[in-house]
Amino acid sequence: MNAVRAVVALLTKSQLYRSLIRYGAPNDNRGRMLLILNNVFLHLHPVKLHPMGLRIRHTFCLGGITAFLFAILTVTGVLLMFYYVPDTGRAYDDMKDLAFAVPFGMFLRNLHRWSAHAMVLTVILHMARVFFTGAYRPPREFNWVVGVMLLVLTLLLSYTGYLLPWDQLAFWAVTVGTNMGAAAPVVGHNGPFAVAAVDNDIRFALIGGTEIGQNALLRFYVLHCVALPLVAVVLMGVHFWRVRKDGGLARPL
Amino acid sequence: MSTADQHNAGRIGRRTLLGLGLSGLGVAAIASAAATVRFFFPKVLFEPPSVFVAGFPGDYRAGEVSERFKESNRVWVIKSREGALYAIEANCTHLGCTPAWFADEGNFKCPCHGTNFSVEGDVLAGPAPVPLYRLAIRLDGQGRLVIDKRIKENRPDKRNRPPFVLPDAGGAA
Repeated sequence: MNAVRAVVALLTKSQLYRSLIRYGAPNDNRGRMLLILNNVFLHLHPVKLHPMGLRIRHTFCLGGITAFLFAILTVTGVLLMFYYVPDTGRAYDDMKDLAFAVPFGMFLRNLHRWSAHAMVLTVILHMARVFFTGAYRPPREFNWVVGVMLLVLTLLLSYTGYLLPWDQLAFWAVTVGTNMGAAAPVVGHNGPFAVAAVDNDIRFALIGGTEIGQNALLRFYVLHCVALPLVAVVLMGVHFWRVRKDGGLARPL
Repeated sequence: MSTADQHNAGRIGRRTLLGLGLSGLGVAAIASAAATVRFFFPKVLFEPPSVFVAGFPGDYRAGEVSERFKESNRVWVIKSREGALYAIEANCTHLGCTPAWFADEGNFKCPCHGTNFSVEGDVLAGPAPVPLYRLAIRLDGQGRLVIDKRIKENRPDKRNRPPFVLPDAGGAA
């Protein structure tokens, strides 16, 4: 017993340990506060919570579930990227390989797919909860705007991911969706007051051509895997930070 | 005039220098943003050419809707019973899917949202707001059909006149 204690003491007194774990287990309020404040991962969380914010029926944890799904989607998405090549000649076959040949590939792909569907659902439910509890009202009104941007980003992530399997469903769904862009006023070649042609309008910039092809697949891939998630992470940081600055979780102010 | 003023006469002030620097950065930022926008509009496309040769008028039978160039160019070449040739773009005017030709029913049907078009390209049923587009069609020096997808028309009063129709192109086999 003494030997164990001696080894523990030796380890916890080492410079390596003390540089990593600066304080012991907190035993007072100040220590608990410092633990949260001084940790890069924990500091996103508020130091103190109002008891009302913990009541499940005040929030149903919908925002938290959405953030958790985003984390699942990031991890599974990065893993899928190890086997998927956004090439029109390969994409569909890679998707089939993931489903039938890669160990746990089917599981990862389905986890990614169902989490994506669930995230769209929880974002909408979260928005409904915020609306019905009046949590969009001042001083939280700007965070509602950030939330709307995150809703749009979630839908764009969902839409850009839809093309990647490169099957008939994906191809025609994205053909239809991007043609709606062509019907936008002024900047779309099919819209009212159009100033652009089929080879220089907003749809052309989005899909990199006049029809869905290699450029479109690559653009949607980069948007889906890099550009949109980066913007979403930044806006999520602002969103969570503002929750705290505007008075904390769901309770009357 | 003090010595400091004499010293600074004819020199650029700190405020002016910083202003110039910031203006330069602003110009660079705007130019970079414009270049980035331009970057997303490719100059070279790896797509089927918009102008293509579609064989000879004699290759087509009267009253036939030819699907020879549908897969490669998304175009139907049609010869009416009177022998006039015209080309229809196989691109649904609703949201851009490719309709299919049903020879037994004599119409085009879009698989995405179910629009039916007549052999003339007019909407018979479904959500498409306007008829299918006719494409410019002409003969080159060797008597071959040349179809230009950049020039298109679907208004009934205009689409039955050149360059959107080749009246009795001869060789009405």
